[in-house]
Amino acid sequence: MAGTPVLAGLNLEVQRGETLVLLGRSGSGKTTTLKLVNRLVVPSSGEVVVNGAANSQTDVIRLRRSIGYVIQDAGLFPHFSVERNIGLVPKIEGWAEERIQARVQELLQLVGLKPELGSRFPHQLSGGQRQRVGVARALAADPAILLMDEPFGALDPLTRDELQREFLSLQQRLHKTVVFVTHDLREGLRLGSRIALMEAGKLVTVLAPREFLRSADPWAAAYVRAFGDGPQPEAR
Amino acid sequence: MNVFKFMLENHQQVLELTLEHLWLVGISTLLAMVIGIPLGIAIAHRPHLDKPVLAGANIIQTIPSLALFGFLLPVPWLGDRADRLVILALTLYALLPVIRNTYTGLRGVDPAVLEAGRGMGLTNSQLLFQVELPLALSVILSGVRVAVVISVGLATIAAAIGAGGLGEFIFRGLAMVNNQLILAGAIPAAALALVADLGVGWLERRLRPR
Repeated sequence: MAGTPVLAGLNLEVQRGETLVLLGRSGSGKTTTLKLVNRLVVPSSGEVVVNGAANSQTDVIRLRRSIGYVIQDAGLFPHFSVERNIGLVPKIEGWAEERIQARVQELLQLVGLKPELGSRFPHQLSGGQRQRVGVARALAADPAILLMDEPFGALDPLTRDELQREFLSLQQRLHKTVVFVTHDLREGLRLGSRIALMEAGKLVTVLAPREFLRSADPWAAAYVRAFGDGPQPEAR
Repeated sequence: MNVFKFMLENHQQVLELTLEHLWLVGISTLLAMVIGIPLGIAIAHRPHLDKPVLAGANIIQTIPSLALFGFLLPVPWLGDRADRLVILALTLYALLPVIRNTYTGLRGVDPAVLEAGRGMGLTNSQLLFQVELPLALSVILSGVRVAVVISVGLATIAAAIGAGGLGEFIFRGLAMVNNQLILAGAIPAAALALVADLGVGWLERRLRPR
């Protein structure tokens, strides 16, 4: 394709069990970076290594089923019940029906949803509930890697706060390798073990949350200033 | 003489022509679905093909039906039997609503849902059969509904080339300047269109994803 590349010179490593936050404004390339991992986007040059193997060499369907994917507004299938949505990957992976049922119940509990919600349809849920289902669905086949694309972006502040808190406690138990896209600095500081700041298709810097607040990097400082008016973000 | 009395007295023939009519419409609609739905799926997934295919189907619609029958008459195998020819013509007319609604229905599926499905590792055919088609189904069926109603009307012209159907009464009535005979063809045809419309509508509601 002609024109300027969406991403250039990107070199980024995600450690096992960490939550790497991709922070940046709209169009900075953070979602594209995320999609490189599960090959929803294929790089024009360079390589993406997942679990020690170039992901261009792995079967793309296998690759994606081994990676949990959560997007804004959850992207739930509107014609599937909550149970069927959550059990989707186990089902196409050929799990036995009882095993799927047990797993779905386990996941509903894990994300804090009542079992009776299982038979509902997505449009009968609140935004927060839908997002919880989205997380449960991504966790269904117990992937080691979780990609989250502004999962809490469309929620009201209270629900977002609740889900962020639950994400942290979940992550303490599960230790997934998470790549988390957000444009919200406060969310990044709260959830990330490291923050990768992106701007105009380039990786600006990768910093731990505490360092980020003190960073002399002009882009990082600009970000901190932009969020500085509100209450101070709690760093971990 | 009353129309209904006439229909009652000739109920055997009314029934026969209605069944003939139903046969012409049913087979052609089925063919239009068998051709149109895959074609609609194909152009929904290959955006550069959508304009030429839809334009082609549109052009067919603009050919007057009698003229189309005339065009097709000299075609060797087709011209041998009037019902073959009529079925082909009706199929061609029914294609546009079927293709267009399949296309529109599939293009209307929320891209976020597709993205999520693809990201979770659904294959293209799983995505098509488990997500895209179920979500587009009610739109596709409403296209079929339009196709059926159009076909019921158009099939009355089939009698002009001797393919039978309720048009027989209408053309005979026209020739004999007999309104009752015209109505004896038109009323069952209208009823047929109404019943088909309601029937597919019912199916559409039954299959609609919640």
